[in-house]
Amino acid sequence: MNLADQEAAVMRDERRERIGLLTLALPALVIIGLLLLAPLAWLLYQSFVDQEGVWTLAHYARIWNDPGYRATFVLTFEISFLVTGLAILIGFPLSYLLSQLTGVWAAIGLALVIVPFWTSLLVRTYAWLVLLQRNGLINNTLIDLGLISEPLTLVHNYSGTVVGMLHIMLPFMILPLYASMKRIDLDLMRAASNLGAGPIYAFWQVFFPLSRAGLMAGTLLVFVLCLGFYITPEILGGGRTIMISMLVQRNVELYFEWGAASSVAIVLLVMVLVVFWVLNRFLAVERVFGGR
Amino acid sequence: MFDDTTGGTLVSHRQRIWLYGVGILALLFLIFPIFIVVPMSFSDSRFLQFPPEAWSLRWYDHFFSSREWMRSLRISLTAAFCTMLVATPLGVAAAYALHNANARYVRHLQVLLIMPLMVPIIIVAIGLFFVYARAQLVGTMFGLVLAHTMMAMPFVLIVSLAGLQGFDMDQEKVARSLGWNRLQSFLRVTLPQIRPSVVAGALFAFITSLDEVVIALFITGGPNSTLTKRMFTALRDEIDPTIAAISSMLIITSLAIVLAAALAGGKRRKRS
Repeated sequence: MNLADQEAAVMRDERRERIGLLTLALPALVIIGLLLLAPLAWLLYQSFVDQEGVWTLAHYARIWNDPGYRATFVLTFEISFLVTGLAILIGFPLSYLLSQLTGVWAAIGLALVIVPFWTSLLVRTYAWLVLLQRNGLINNTLIDLGLISEPLTLVHNYSGTVVGMLHIMLPFMILPLYASMKRIDLDLMRAASNLGAGPIYAFWQVFFPLSRAGLMAGTLLVFVLCLGFYITPEILGGGRTIMISMLVQRNVELYFEWGAASSVAIVLLVMVLVVFWVLNRFLAVERVFGGR
Repeated sequence: MFDDTTGGTLVSHRQRIWLYGVGILALLFLIFPIFIVVPMSFSDSRFLQFPPEAWSLRWYDHFFSSREWMRSLRISLTAAFCTMLVATPLGVAAAYALHNANARYVRHLQVLLIMPLMVPIIIVAIGLFFVYARAQLVGTMFGLVLAHTMMAMPFVLIVSLAGLQGFDMDQEKVARSLGWNRLQSFLRVTLPQIRPSVVAGALFAFITSLDEVVIALFITGGPNSTLTKRMFTALRDEIDPTIAAISSMLIITSLAIVLAAALAGGKRRKRS
């Protein structure tokens, strides 16, 4: 056999290998193609046609012009920014602490983050509903302590939504942050102190920049998950805090307005994919969901 | 004087007591709502109180003696079990393909395969609702399992990929050069060594299906509602203590599954 024949044989083997491997991934790809990509393509189409099937931009114009739609988008962004900000405020110090614990304390601390992470979203939302209700534990405790005389309205409103969402989102902030902080070599901090840096200066000059990738990943992840969040705002918002996902749901289930639902869904999807695209530069997307 | 140094700087434990305070409060915030539900579910009262004035099992009794709840439980467990059986092999096969394929197009396929986790669930749900309405799959177990398989596959894929990355593929090559075919080599050499990842992936698939709400809201209904759909409907109207009983059981289930997955993963780490 001459060299050209051998090369041809190798090429043939490689092609067969490639096709074989692709076949293995095929069932998964077919499911995603049929149940995810095809419906998305159809939603895209629906968002550009009216009921007679004529091309129109009316559905997108409605998002911009209708004050109700615009308010929903503004509110969604407002809540998403607020929850993300709170998650950073709470998540950063907690991740910092967790990354420095050792032995059994580290295991306990991490377990207390991971157990809620893996507990059903619906169960956690329900727990908040129970805690925050009129005669719930929090109101009763505050009354018993004499801090308030009348029960506060803590749920079925804006604040209930924010608290519930924060609880769900916090692990998504902590886990990437923790992972990036755990990789920081603390000898660098010791070196900084040896060179005369005070603790605060050393933190901002050495530790913080090294944790920034994790912080960006956690921040973008929490933000993007907030944008499309459905269950928790639906239950804890009590129908008064309408977010984008609820606008989609209502247009489909209450008004059968597929055009309106599709356009909102497409705008939401584009926003979410853009954030994921940015996120991917800080942390490979598959790593983001690694813990869950 | 510095009694100890922390975090690589000359800060004593006492000086950063605020950090411990914030950390403990944050951990309490995370865990408290979950653990408070369990004792409340044993309350005798129609109103959920903590601590309950009298203890009873009436809400558990109510759950287990209700035909509707039992039917939903059966549907949810069947769906979760079937999802696990379908999603695990599909996810492992895809992971094997991605791991062994050449680098260029793999990256794109991988993103495609974890797309179900990136697209907001409400959009996935209305898309499925549309497709299923035309394919007459609304309200069927087959449709539910298929949808949950799509949602669970990415987790199996991610966990299996991580497992494969810690495995030396040359071992499989050796097995093949000694005469086994690819499938035999995979089943007898590779699979036993990545088994902890596969087990963890399967458990995650099970719980993904069991906990899934939004898709079930759209594609199941009436007598065929899943447990979570029925819970969702019930707690939009009133705070039924039966939900506390179900929630407690779901918490225990998640806890057991995470623990099992962690133990499987722990074995893997020890070996490598």
